[in-house]
Amino acid sequence: MSVEAREKRQPWILLSPALTAVGLLLFIPLVFIVVYSFWLRTATGADQAGFYLDNWNEALTDPFYRDILLGTLRIAAITTIACAVMGYPAAYFIARSRGNKALLLLLLMLPFWISYIIRTMSWINILGVSGAVNWVLLNLGIVSEPVQMLYNEPTVILGLVHFLLPFMVLNVYVALEGIDVSLEDAACSLGSTRWQAFREVTLPLSLPGLAAGGLLCFVLSAGTYITPLVLGGPTDAMFANLVFEAIITQLNWPLGSALSLMLLAVLGALVLIYNHYLGMGQLMKGLG
Amino acid sequence: MSAVSLNNIVKTFGSFTAVHRMSMDIPDGSFVTLLGPSGCGKTTTLRMIAGLIDPTEGDITIKGQRINDVPIHRRNLGLVFQNYALFPHKTIAENVAFGLKYRDISKTDAEKKVRDALELVQLPHVSDRYPKQLSGGQQQRIALARAIVIEPDVLLLDEPLSALDANLREDMRVELKRIQHRIGITTVFVTHDQSEALAMSDRIVVMSNGRVEQIGTPQDVYNTPASEFVSRFLGVSNILPATCQAVNGQELSLELPHFGKVNVPKEKAPNLSQPGPAQLVIRAEKLLLTEKSAPVDDRIALDGKVEAVDYQGQAARYFVRVGDQQLQVINMIDQHPFQEGSDVSVRFRPRDCAALPGAAT
Repeated sequence: MSVEAREKRQPWILLSPALTAVGLLLFIPLVFIVVYSFWLRTATGADQAGFYLDNWNEALTDPFYRDILLGTLRIAAITTIACAVMGYPAAYFIARSRGNKALLLLLLMLPFWISYIIRTMSWINILGVSGAVNWVLLNLGIVSEPVQMLYNEPTVILGLVHFLLPFMVLNVYVALEGIDVSLEDAACSLGSTRWQAFREVTLPLSLPGLAAGGLLCFVLSAGTYITPLVLGGPTDAMFANLVFEAIITQLNWPLGSALSLMLLAVLGALVLIYNHYLGMGQLMKGLG
Repeated sequence: MSAVSLNNIVKTFGSFTAVHRMSMDIPDGSFVTLLGPSGCGKTTTLRMIAGLIDPTEGDITIKGQRINDVPIHRRNLGLVFQNYALFPHKTIAENVAFGLKYRDISKTDAEKKVRDALELVQLPHVSDRYPKQLSGGQQQRIALARAIVIEPDVLLLDEPLSALDANLREDMRVELKRIQHRIGITTVFVTHDQSEALAMSDRIVVMSNGRVEQIGTPQDVYNTPASEFVSRFLGVSNILPATCQAVNGQELSLELPHFGKVNVPKEKAPNLSQPGPAQLVIRAEKLLLTEKSAPVDDRIALDGKVEAVDYQGQAARYFVRVGDQQLQVINMIDQHPFQEGSDVSVRFRPRDCAALPGAAT
């Protein structure tokens, strides 16, 4: 084999384990889901193989699904904006701090060492009827009976922000780290105040990182079902809860498949739009 | 009037003193270089003038006005960084025009100023490009244009040439000096490169460990170093222990082991005023190697043996043993360099030597 041929083959040899895994565990199951979505669930509860559009018809026309999809996108948008507003200053602080960058980043990563579900459940101990906040309020005599603060949309958003904030901070941090500090100094020497220099130079240069963090936060929160399950009320279901409900509770695989493909299509479109304007490179930087 | 004055400036970072009681005056329109090895405090000094760091003690005045408490964006200084610091998301024209936005200048005037500045740095056709489309040397010119377009009171250059490769650096050296001369702007230049400092400066401030070692013209600091540090930092020097035996009228009489008596002119030893331990400084290129049989001239001649030869093309650096000293000699090569092991005569004129007080360290 010529050297050239060997060099051409090498990347594929290195990629093959990952490609095999993606193929077997992601692509093939996805094909099954697509096929399932055209099956028909009969009145007896058995699935009838074939090419039926009933599930798609129901998923696309029933206003119930549409409203929950819009609600999901709204919650994801609010979560993303909250993460951006809270995460940017934190990322800026870490990127510009002189001493303990490594320690600060470690503290940022620390929550990942605890299961996402446990972190979500922990809010019950803080905000629940017998939680820490109520204990303080009762003992201070501010309230006479415990206040129910959980199981509504704000607590779902709170849980999502808690989960997703580090993703935002890391992405913005990586973008800020790539910006030469002397750019702001140069802007100031030319007559702009620190704030003007930030707005003119640092902020625009860090936008790709902000967008990458925003995309991650949006996609991850739009696809979540654990947070609304644990912290939401009966009316706070998000779209993934419908998929969960259809497949796990009702064992209605055909409808669940159609619904999950719908969510995939909406989020996929967002990723494509992002890719068109900013490219995937920035996202990879933030993840690596 | 001084464009910039530093008065007893001290800068400490925790327990580390970066700049120690520094005072200097920079005359209007002059090109002053802060020269020293890394960590000597030169960049800290520049950043204090720029307003990027605050001095711990002392006053900084620009055109007679104390500016310690004036924030950087109101100091009206042009700052050029080692890494250019061009705004990557703005075009060249937007980069150069950046500082004009914060000044009361009409749009048409601003456009003309940007054109003139680009003309001055000989890059009139790149306005619409982005910084990364330009070479390093071109980016450095744009950084310079951006700094001077605001007509600053002082131009501050922080190792602006060190990121360029050797040939380009020498071209930019000439170019920078030409532009500075043309607009007559007071310039403070920071470098660790002695040849840059010698070639460009009206005055050199040699710094070491946060202190000023010497302030003078390039010829002053090269020919009459005020300290052992200066003589070692600039050029290649032989520093020999000596004893000053007498100071009379125009000359100092130094006695050296093996060399005998050397009479150094008084102006070459401004800091040595009384008999005692001293050091004789002889530049490597002021020593001449000849055959032992060469005719006697007005030079002091000593017998030596070449121990090593460092061939450099047009010149050679020799390491020559004379008595218990190894001397470095740099001579142009006439035909063939002297060979290792050859017996030679090392000759020098006392008036080419300088003398320093104190024992060698």
